[in-house]
Formats: sequence, C-alpha cells, structure tokens
Amino acid sequence: MGNDASRDAAENTAHPDFRLVQASDDFQRLRGSHRSFVFPLAGAFLLWYFLYVLLADYAHGLLSIPVVGNINVGLVLGLLQFVSTFGITAWYVRRANSTLDPQAEAIRAEIEGHDFDAEQSVGAGREGGAR
Amino acid sequence: MSLTESLLSSTWLNMAIFAVFVGVTIVIVIRASRNNKTAADYYAGGRSFTGGQNGTAIAGDYLSAASFLGITGAIAVNGYDGFLYSIGFLVAWLVALLLVAELLRNTGKFTMADVLAFRLRERPVRIAAAISTLAVCFFYLLAQMAGAGALIALLLGISSWEGQAVVITVVGALMIMYVLLGGMKGTTWVQIIKAVLLIAGAFAMTVWVLALHGFNLSALLGSAVETAGAGGEKLLNPGLAYGKSETSKLDFISLGLALVLGTAALPHVLMRFYTVPTSKEARKSVVWAIWLIGGFYLFTLVLGYGAAALIGADTIKAAPGGVNSAAPLLAFVLGGPLLLGFISAVAFATILAVVAGLTITAAASFAHDIYANVLAKGKTTPASEVKVARCTVVVIGIAAIAGGIFANGQNVAFLVALAFAVAASANLPTILYSLFWRRFTTKGALWSIYGGLGSAILLIAFSPVVSGTKTSMIPSADFDWFPLNNPGLVSIPLAFALGWLGTVLDKGQESPEKQAEMEVRSLTGVGAEKAVSH
Repeated sequence: MGNDASRDAAENTAHPDFRLVQASDDFQRLRGSHRSFVFPLAGAFLLWYFLYVLLADYAHGLLSIPVVGNINVGLVLGLLQFVSTFGITAWYVRRANSTLDPQAEAIRAEIEGHDFDAEQSVGAGREGGAR
Repeated sequence: MSLTESLLSSTWLNMAIFAVFVGVTIVIVIRASRNNKTAADYYAGGRSFTGGQNGTAIAGDYLSAASFLGITGAIAVNGYDGFLYSIGFLVAWLVALLLVAELLRNTGKFTMADVLAFRLRERPVRIAAAISTLAVCFFYLLAQMAGAGALIALLLGISSWEGQAVVITVVGALMIMYVLLGGMKGTTWVQIIKAVLLIAGAFAMTVWVLALHGFNLSALLGSAVETAGAGGEKLLNPGLAYGKSETSKLDFISLGLALVLGTAALPHVLMRFYTVPTSKEARKSVVWAIWLIGGFYLFTLVLGYGAAALIGADTIKAAPGGVNSAAPLLAFVLGGPLLLGFISAVAFATILAVVAGLTITAAASFAHDIYANVLAKGKTTPASEVKVARCTVVVIGIAAIAGGIFANGQNVAFLVALAFAVAASANLPTILYSLFWRRFTTKGALWSIYGGLGSAILLIAFSPVVSGTKTSMIPSADFDWFPLNNPGLVSIPLAFALGWLGTVLDKGQESPEKQAEMEVRSLTGVGAEKAVSH
C-alpha cells in the first residue's frame, strides 16, 4: 500500500510546540554546532575558490611557472581544488556523523516522545524562544 | 578529411548501439514503475532510493552533454581555460552539501517551492518559485535539445536542418515516453544506467590515453603542445580563452560566480534530494555525487589534452559539430568504430536522461505548485495531481521539441550559462535566507526571486551573446550595452541585496511559530516526509 507521508499515523503523532523546542538548550546547542562548523567552512572554500579564479584570471605569469616537466603551478593549483573539495566533503561527513547526528537524534526522540507537546506546559522553555 | 569520412561510415553501428540502449532502458523503466500509485511515487520515486543510487543518478543528471562533450572540447581547444569549467562545476557541490541538501530534504515534499513557501505567505511565494523553476528548466532544456542537434550532425552524419529537426523530435518523443511511463522512478533508473556507462566509458578512454603516454601526465601535456605546433605551450597556461581583454577577464569572474552558486539552486538537482528516505541518505547522495563527478572531471582533463595530442585543435574545430566533436573523435582514434559507437550512444543517452530529469522537475513544479496549491487551493487528490503532471509532461515535451528545433545551431553554452546564472540569482538567495535568516519575509523573497530572475534575463538580452558580434544569436542587430556574456556578476549580488532590502523594508513579520517549526524540522528531521511503503 502506498501512503503519502507519515500523516496516517495521526494518533501517535506528537504535536510539539516548536518554539519551546527551538528555545531549549539542546536545540540551541545543535544549532550552534551546526552553524559554527558549516558557515566558516563554506566561507573558507568560497574564498579559496575565488582566490584561484582571480589567480587564473590575472596572474598568468605565476600560474605558468613549470613545477615538474610540463606540469605548471596552474595545473597543481587546479588539482588542489579537487583535493580540497574531496577533503572538505570527507571532513563534513565525519563531523556530521559524530557530532551533529547524535544531537539531532536525541532531540527528535524527545519530540516524538511527546516531551514538547503543546498541551504540556513545560516551565523551562518559557515564551519567546528567540535570541 | 579522412577522419570525418570514416567516422560517418560507422553511422549504422552508432544507431544500433543507441537502439539497444533505448530498448533496455524502456524495459527497465516499465518494470520499475509498475507500482507507481501516489504522488510521492510519481514525483519522488517513493523516496525509496539509497544514497548511493541517488548519488549516481545525480551524477547522471549533472553530467550533461555540456560536461562531457563541451568540457573535453574546451580543454582540447583552449587548454587550461577549459579546465576552469570543471573546477567550478565540482566545487559548487560543496554549497549543496554544506548548506542545502539535508535541510531541504527535511523541510520539503516534492519541489523547491515547498521549502520557500514553508513559513512565508504560500500563494505569492509558490507562484514566484514555480515561475523561476520553469524558467531555469526551460533554458536548460533548450540547451540540451540544441546540443542534441549539434551532436547529430557529427554522429549520424545528418547535416540538413530538416534532418536534425526530425532527430530532435525523436529525442523529445523518447523523453516524453520515459517520463510518462516511468515517473521519477523510471527517470532515476535511466540516469543511473547512463551515469555508469558514461563514467565507465570515460574511465576506459582515460586509461587508454594515459597508456599511450606511458602513464605520464607530463608526457601527455608535452605531446599536446607538440601537436599544436608553434605557440602550443599556450595550451598549458591560463588565458587562452579568457585572457584577451579586461572585459573577458571580468566575464570569467562572472562565469565562475554563476557556476559555483548555480548548482545548489538548480531545480532538477534539488528535486533529487526528495527521492531518498532520510536527510542522512541525502547527505550520502551528495557525497557519492561529489566523488563521481570529481572523478569524471579528472578524466575529462586527460581526455581533453589527449584529444589535443592525438587529433589536434585545428582538425577538431574543422570537424562537423566543431569543438563538441573532440570526445567522439578521440574515441574513434583510440578504439575505431566500435568505441565511437559506444561513446556516441552514451552521449545520446546523456542528453535523453538529462532532458527527462528536467521535464519531470518542470511538470512537478507546475502540477504541485501551480495547479494543486494555487489554482485548486490544495483541494485535489494525488491522483488528479499526477494526471495534471502527466499532461504537463506532454506540453513541456512539445515546447522543448519546438524550442530545440528553433534553438538548433544557436550558441549552446549561452543557454547553459543562462540557466546557471538564473538559478543562482533567482533561487539561491531565497533558499539560503529562508533556511538561515529568522527575520526573512515574503516581501524579501518576492523581491529576490523576481529581481534575480528579471535582471539575469534582461542582462543576457542586452549582452553580446544576443547581439552585436558575429557569433551572436542576432548578428545583424546591435543593442549589446551590457559587455559581459554572463550576467552573474551583477544579478547574483543584486538578488541577495534585494532579498535583504525587501525584508528590512517589510513592516510585517512572518509567523514565529512557523519559523521555529522550520528551523527545528530542518536540523532534526522531525516530521520529515517518509518513504512510501509498498
């Protein structure tokens, strides 16, 4: 039987107050560790990529210097872009598996265990949520 | 011209191998789609693909004829400057991996608009997102169809305009059949088969070329320089294509920007993230895609310089199909008619698979965003939505055939670059803002989408690709007041600025509950769409 999404299990579904979840320490920690990893990394690879683009565009002399045989600085830099892309990918996956996933799973388990249901008034979270 | 003549003698072999590919894939499509029942089945393949399968399909979707034929040819003719394309196309995947793929999978259902409309006012945002989706898909489709025409000139020896129109029609009809029969599941299997064939074929040729040069990259480069004759060492250095003037240098930066920011905003790439059961599988698919695509671009580096060494830029440029013929010519020089037939069939399959992926994306966007959520205000059944999607497939297919025949012979790179620039301008700012900026509002989204879409298309219309030079679409006219071929350098920052400005000037505020829900769901995966269980 095909069913569209999880809606069928309505009785069992939690109805969380998402602002409560958002304000919880656990979620703020997850959000923090996600952003503090992903944003600097994204900024770094974009900088490195544009540095390369600018060098290839305006520093022809530098990139034309031979390194080994017919292989010049430009080719080495270009291949390093491949290496850094593969490296960042592996790094992100390791970090996501070891740090981000367990945190997300814990919060998901709490929500699905009705810890944050709207009816239940949990004192800790309070209103507002926002920083 | 003996090379081209002997190439034409293998036309029947090419056609036979291609026919085998079509036959095998049709059978697989029909088998795969037997239990297509719901909208999630039709649009998202039941969300039942594994990360590895989806990653391979993404590679199949992404490595279009522009990548295979275009980049190999660009390296063969322009040397180092052709290599720059592959770097932009690859690095761009990090944007998708780090910022978009998983969060999108957790918050959306079928289309990009699902994510954008999550916490903003649904109607206007969905309409805007659907319009930009359709625009990007259409330009990308035109490029692929026009590419099919150019390819045929070389591979089947059909050089008359009418003959090519017939072939474009056949490609379009086949594509409609795949998508109608198979939906996303069938389309995905076509992508997977094609990706495996393409990467395996490119790998075999790469090993072959390297073997001829003693597995020494430096020796290969040296022999490319030697074949090029006087001044051949320019092939190894940057600047051959983009170093001519200050304007062309700026153009290169613009292209680099559009390439790196466009990928994570291409609707047909985004839609693929919905075909896996969880965000973790979405992450795995991007990782697979990065390894496959990166590996493939390393192969094209060898193939491009291999073609420059074994054939030479002048012979390539003189062949029918021009620069695009470098890869097929190289296949012929290496393995004779049989390898050429295989590579040609793979090139056809490439166009067919990419076109099918684009068509199903455009159809889903129209049926799900415009028909179901705007016109019928959500009061539809999944069955009627899928029916509308199927009708849309036929309409888009016919439009693409007509557009492809019209665009045949036009500058293909222009259309691909336009698709990337439009995607990066119209879609990426809104995707990033709505995922990461709490304060972002509907006004900001609309300003950014329409501003980015409009400025990108307008600047292209007044650029040298449309008028003013000998290679323009309308060489006789002269209204090219925008000097760059690619609009990204202006339109992408403009769209980011408009999204910010619209939000700051918006006195209203979006629902904080919805914002909280979206943020929690995007990071934890709570309530994400589940896989269909049969």
